[in-house]
Amino acid sequence: MYDIKALYEAESVEHAVQLRQEHPEAQILAGGSDVLVQIREGRRAGCEFISIYMLDELRGISIDEEENIRIGSLTSFSHITKDPIIQKYINVLGEAVDMVGGPQIRAIGTIGGNTCNGVTSADSASTLMAWDAIIELTGANGVRRVPIQDFYIKAKVVDIKPDEIQTAILIPKKSYEKCFGHYIKYSMRNALDIATTGCSVNVVLSDDKKSFERVRVGYGVASPIPVRATTAEEFIKGKEITEENIKKFAETVLQDINPRDSWRAGRALRRHISVVMAERALKECIELAGGEING
Amino acid sequence: MDNQYKVVHCTINGKEVSQIVDVRASLTDMLRNDFRLTSVKKGCEVGECGACTVIINGESFNSCIYLAVWAEGKDIWTLEGLAGPGGELSDIQQAFIDEGAIQCGFCSPGFILTSWEIVNSGKEYTDDELRKALSGHLCRCTGYENIFRAVKKTMLRRLGKNEEAELVNSQGITEYPDPMPFK
Amino acid sequence: MSNKYIGQAVKRLDARDKAMGRIRYTDDMCDKGALVIRVLHSTVANGIVKSIDTAEAEKVPGVVKVFTCFDLEEKHYYPTAGHPWSTDPAHQDIADRLIMTDRPLFYGDDIGAVVAENEVAASQALSILEKAVVYEELPFVLDAQEAMEEGAPLLHEKYPNNVLGHSEIHMGNVEEAIKEPGLTKVEGWYETQPVQHCHIENFICYAYGEGDRTVIVSSTQIPHIVRRVVGQATGMDWGKFRIIKPYVGGGFGNKQDVLYEPLTAWISMQLGGRLVKLDVPREETFICNRIRHAIKYHITSWMRPDGSFAARTFKAWCNNGAYSSHCHAIAAKGLNAFPQLYPCDNFDGETWTIYTNRSVAGAMRGYGMPQASYAFECHTEDCANAMGMDPMEFRRKNLMPVGYYHAFSKNELYSDSFNQCFDKGAEIIGYYDKVEKYKNQTGDIRRGIAVSTYWYNTAVYPIALETSSCRIVMNQDGSVQFQLGETEIGQGADTVAAQMIADTVGIPLNMVHPMSCQDTDITPFGTGVYASRGTYTLGFSIKQTSMLLKEKILEAAHQFTRMPVFNLDIVDGMIIRKTDGRELMTIGELALSKLYTTDGSQHLTAESTYQIKSNAYSFGCCFAEVEVDIPMCRVRLLNIVNVHDCGQVINPMLAEGQVHGGQSMGIGYALSEKLMWDAKTGRPLNNNLLDYKMSSFMDHPRLNAAFVENYEPTSAYGTKGLGEPPVCPVAPAIRNAIGQATGLYINELPLSPHTLFREFTDAGLINDSFAE
Repeated sequence: MYDIKALYEAESVEHAVQLRQEHPEAQILAGGSDVLVQIREGRRAGCEFISIYMLDELRGISIDEEENIRIGSLTSFSHITKDPIIQKYINVLGEAVDMVGGPQIRAIGTIGGNTCNGVTSADSASTLMAWDAIIELTGANGVRRVPIQDFYIKAKVVDIKPDEIQTAILIPKKSYEKCFGHYIKYSMRNALDIATTGCSVNVVLSDDKKSFERVRVGYGVASPIPVRATTAEEFIKGKEITEENIKKFAETVLQDINPRDSWRAGRALRRHISVVMAERALKECIELAGGEING
Repeated sequence: MDNQYKVVHCTINGKEVSQIVDVRASLTDMLRNDFRLTSVKKGCEVGECGACTVIINGESFNSCIYLAVWAEGKDIWTLEGLAGPGGELSDIQQAFIDEGAIQCGFCSPGFILTSWEIVNSGKEYTDDELRKALSGHLCRCTGYENIFRAVKKTMLRRLGKNEEAELVNSQGITEYPDPMPFK
Repeated sequence: MSNKYIGQAVKRLDARDKAMGRIRYTDDMCDKGALVIRVLHSTVANGIVKSIDTAEAEKVPGVVKVFTCFDLEEKHYYPTAGHPWSTDPAHQDIADRLIMTDRPLFYGDDIGAVVAENEVAASQALSILEKAVVYEELPFVLDAQEAMEEGAPLLHEKYPNNVLGHSEIHMGNVEEAIKEPGLTKVEGWYETQPVQHCHIENFICYAYGEGDRTVIVSSTQIPHIVRRVVGQATGMDWGKFRIIKPYVGGGFGNKQDVLYEPLTAWISMQLGGRLVKLDVPREETFICNRIRHAIKYHITSWMRPDGSFAARTFKAWCNNGAYSSHCHAIAAKGLNAFPQLYPCDNFDGETWTIYTNRSVAGAMRGYGMPQASYAFECHTEDCANAMGMDPMEFRRKNLMPVGYYHAFSKNELYSDSFNQCFDKGAEIIGYYDKVEKYKNQTGDIRRGIAVSTYWYNTAVYPIALETSSCRIVMNQDGSVQFQLGETEIGQGADTVAAQMIADTVGIPLNMVHPMSCQDTDITPFGTGVYASRGTYTLGFSIKQTSMLLKEKILEAAHQFTRMPVFNLDIVDGMIIRKTDGRELMTIGELALSKLYTTDGSQHLTAESTYQIKSNAYSFGCCFAEVEVDIPMCRVRLLNIVNVHDCGQVINPMLAEGQVHGGQSMGIGYALSEKLMWDAKTGRPLNNNLLDYKMSSFMDHPRLNAAFVENYEPTSAYGTKGLGEPPVCPVAPAIRNAIGQATGLYINELPLSPHTLFREFTDAGLINDSFAE
């Protein structure tokens, strides 16, 4: 039994928006794999909640008229992984969310919840960052789109207005075209864990597959919010695919990340692993893209 | 403020039911208290141990972090629903018995349900995929070994691979030809 | 006696019910109208509770009553360990615990309790109460050696320097022996971490009044001991309590302590016998039940050029946490084990058990030996390496020899168990090939293989009482029910006991029914299950009682068959005439006839107690093969093989299950598990199943168990300990294998990425140019 003061069940997106306006104190409850746990912990005990879990209209993955990949915010991790559109265009996202917790958590956990809770360890976040995802929010005044880099404000705080709910996550065509990605989750065991640090890299190679046309890299648990290592991205853009460039790229990520010391892991370990992950993930992407190192 | 209640309509172990539930109740609470389906166990109540696992619309969920009101319209299975009307065990239950996959038995209901989902899929999982599919459950008694055997054998038998199933127990030492960097 | 079932992989008798989800554990038996208890725990690591204002908490709708440490009118200090009681005060466990205390000694100590109609009200009241406690905070100490220093905070006045226990062993003359020329000295510090049992069923109990007594239903390994301790904790006669033990979802030693039964019973009594339930949340199970002792060791060996030991010294500091629980027994066990594993004429050993302001350490599978084995077998590996000898050959040379006799325990090594275990394991895993192949590797990813061994005492003789009682009751159809004080907690005790009875009485196994759930009103006295003694200990009373029953059956058979008892036997449920093998009547016909005869009607039953005055060495080894990803600071366990000599294996399937479970616990111990506290506040940091890293399904390779079966001559059925041993050799085998792979032999646990990163960096295997 959860210590819930009141539960408002949304019957549609419009109804959810209406409930948001009627109950400004109420918090949004999607799959609940974080929120319910926090109620039990006491952090959110005795609060009012708007449950949007029953809104099937927010589930599913499609390609919209602008050729964006559109992921409904309530789509569960397990359904993202199994989805043919994801597997075809952005398989790394399916792989990344397939590392969240265990299978039962992936059945209830939603990608919207994973981003809206604003935590840096979210397994989807570094990949969504690295693929320049667009967050779609629906409120009283209609739909608003925010680049994910702007959506994250600070730890546990995201850009959702009091009358809004997140309704979709979009991956633009220019982001996923010709692009191959790989995510490494570093954690202390191989299942049922949160990331000690996570790294998502994706590449577009030149047509001759000799050089990097574009490389993007996102990190979780390397800063208070998920971040991009833009200095490293700039460094390697247009460069040849060589062992030396990859190594330099990997060390350059340290200019953009700032992992902290905690009992969960020391800063030195996180910095070290971040570099190793960047190198290995990039190499994996090169292989996926059909490139060859020093080729 | 008065407590809030709601009538939930769903199917539990193949039977349509309606139940008035407190909106604060978890699905674990509803199944254990209102339906006395006590195979649904409480081990952590935060979705870490998997002891409370039930099948909802064909997929394994932790019922402890699932609100009872969300059961509306769902098709829910607990371990009590697996045996036939005369107590005939399903193949996966029998395999857990035969392989010594049960010790204290507290994690067993959840494990058997997830295993049932796996063998029902008709898919042939690799060993690594099987481990991953079962990784939402913690067990402190068995080291997972005999659970692995029970699930793999049942999966292979369902696929008509009886001979391969018989080999499962003897494959304890694994050869790893290449280094396996973590990536 | 036949041997039809002993040695067979009989399926566990409760497996079908468990597979159907219809086995009843404690919570499943409790009426849902039970009042809910939540314990108010200290949020300081050391202090005095000055006051607790309960007014606001009591106003929460649904709250029935708030109790605080100040409501405890009589202070009855009590011991908690599941040890047999001793009538000699000098041998009694330390009584240092109260149901609730105003003098909390660790973060999580019990200072009050809320009783409410439902869990929401209880948790609301609890969070209000937590803020309503006024403490006088005192300095605290978490480290065992620091706790022994002058000026350290003193936990219990009767124990200066926080030393709860201290013991020494001296043999020969170390000082003289090390003067021998040509000796090689190896010295090391070895450190193990605190871990928790993590049985999937948390501790839970409920209590209610019945007549002028209180009934307690509890998830415990030790129902008869619980009755005694609840009596001690409440200052009441022990017979005022009735303890019922349903099926238990794992214990591993945590439930070998009396946990919250006294508090729950006391609250029920305060409320006029109302039904109250305490279902301990996982977070509290981690820190408010028991944990494994963290122990630090210093070992020195002096070796002759041939690799034999000239002299050895051993010191160990055992962090016991805030209350005595198992007192000095766990530290002493390690010290006693050390000189027997690799005997050496000259030995000085010393060990301390020390109170600190941490969660209470108690029994946990292996009872100090996973820690000790880690230290012993890290050190042995270091010695072999220092001598340039193959680690397994070095062990073979120095291990306890066949015929070794230990005067105090009267244990004897009857067979060449160590070598047989080594040989069998080496063959299964391919040790010799791999140990050569993995020598002198370079590169980022490397492999290693290694072995470690142990010996383990099966039971607790002669340190404590060993007694077992059994009752067997025959039905009209010749089937029997049996009851034992040894509890089924998942290990399969009921099944092996039934196998023994079936064979000894001579009836089919399906006619033997365990009465699994102990009830102190009904079940004959037994101290429960702990150590690795269940199968060994219950065997004695089962054999004796089965023979008594058989004698009665044959006497009755004489009445109906006219044949002399000495010519009769029972085979497979049939009374037979031994002289020609003729089947005279079935056991069912006999039982029915004897019960309903108008000439001497008798219900065929037997009951007896056997006091065991022997113990048995149990042996085994573990081979581990690992791959180390140096840049990633990760270890992948590739293969693991345990080989055990536990004497006659009664049930190979259940025995294998015990080994797998021990291996799994050992893998977590080696690589990932560690309970942590904040050094500044004494607050536990990772007391939940997410932050505490017990192994998941994806962290294990296939587990391999093998046996060497040397019949144990002291044993009723040739068997000896297996429950705990499999965990003991795992962590050192993994550590030694990582050592072979990398050249780095690391002396602490767990060998997690945190530890490996530090060690690899220190050794130059990792060389970050960007390190800060």
